[in-house]
Amino acid sequence: MRGERRLFSGLDLEVSAGQAVALTGRNGAGKTSLLRAVAGLLRPAEGTIEFDGEAGPLEAEAARAEALHMVGHHDGLKSTRSAWEELLFQARWTGGSEASARAAATRLDLDRLLALEVRRLSAGQRRRVALARLLASPRSLWLLDEPMAPLDAGHREGFGALMAEHLAGGGMILAAVHDPLPVPCRTMEIGG
Amino acid sequence: MKAFLILLRRELALAWGKGGGPLLALAFYACVVTLLPLAAGRAPERLASLAPGIAWLALALAALLSLERLFERDFEDGALDLLALGPAPLEAVAVAKCLAHWLAAGAPLALAAPIAALALGASTQIIPLLIPCALAGGLAFSFLGGLGASLALGSKRGGLLVAVIVLPLYVPPVIFGAGALDALAGGLPWTGGLFLLLAYSAAAVALGPIAMAAACRNALD
Repeated sequence: MRGERRLFSGLDLEVSAGQAVALTGRNGAGKTSLLRAVAGLLRPAEGTIEFDGEAGPLEAEAARAEALHMVGHHDGLKSTRSAWEELLFQARWTGGSEASARAAATRLDLDRLLALEVRRLSAGQRRRVALARLLASPRSLWLLDEPMAPLDAGHREGFGALMAEHLAGGGMILAAVHDPLPVPCRTMEIGG
Repeated sequence: MKAFLILLRRELALAWGKGGGPLLALAFYACVVTLLPLAAGRAPERLASLAPGIAWLALALAALLSLERLFERDFEDGALDLLALGPAPLEAVAVAKCLAHWLAAGAPLALAAPIAALALGASTQIIPLLIPCALAGGLAFSFLGGLGASLALGSKRGGLLVAVIVLPLYVPPVIFGAGALDALAGGLPWTGGLFLLLAYSAAAVALGPIAMAAACRNALD
């Protein structure tokens, strides 16, 4: 529910290790809301969201704090800080280290940008800084909201490869998209 | 705990970083302390008797000014989502933010308060009390201000709303602190006011974060 509007109901979705699901639907259908509900930032009016670990059900709070990443429309970067300071904070905050942040930056082709202030970066470059935390601290579920919208063709391909790698390692991806995801995935239409 | 320190370091870096930090709060403090006597009249005796109160009230205003955007910026740029999904609960996030605000603005202001009081002609004997009062009161100002800032999240007229929410909550510490200073200057027992101020600050530090976290969750929902 957003305000007084019911976005969707009767939704049943299960994602297992190694799977990706692309959420599609018109603008305002509720893709972002669904992602935020899975992340626990938004309380659904009814229904449940459950997390299972290898050994059985996980406490939702713990799963959200340790097992999922969300990269949304907003990159959450402070414009006056350098890209490296922001990446390092995001990596550490989610459980990564300086070394893992450095490696993640390299994989997202950020090395030359790290010294720049965030406000000097383009939208696509900022998004890559935000995406870097996915690699800097490994977590199994990635919630992505239009992750590749601002990326150029080359970096879309590169990020596609990173997603494929994440899935091959037993990770899960739930992504709201308009363009097809560059990895094998199921598609789920939200809001009909 | 480790996550808390990581966040505290970042908040401090942001508070001290470009676009103000303690310098702006101090400049605002200096302005208020200079303006109030202009309105109060020229008689030095009157000014001297008002000095502790002015130095104290201006602290509350300076703290308030720098608090308005404590949560708003993170809310707008999406960083609050990230903070909410981190290893530390939102309550700890709120503590880190308010503590960083206190370290970056409250503590420097507390050190500036005696200078302001002396410049206005207050007697030197209140200085040893003014600093601890300003430090403890500053904690209350930061944590209650954070409460106002979190409650005003997402509203269009955030700044004014924060002030309207927070200023009534600033009444007790202003009264307790000014009372203690007044009593000391008048040769009366002053410990009561100081202890009430300390108790109020402790309550703000203990309870404020719970309310701030709830307000943030509400804003994110």
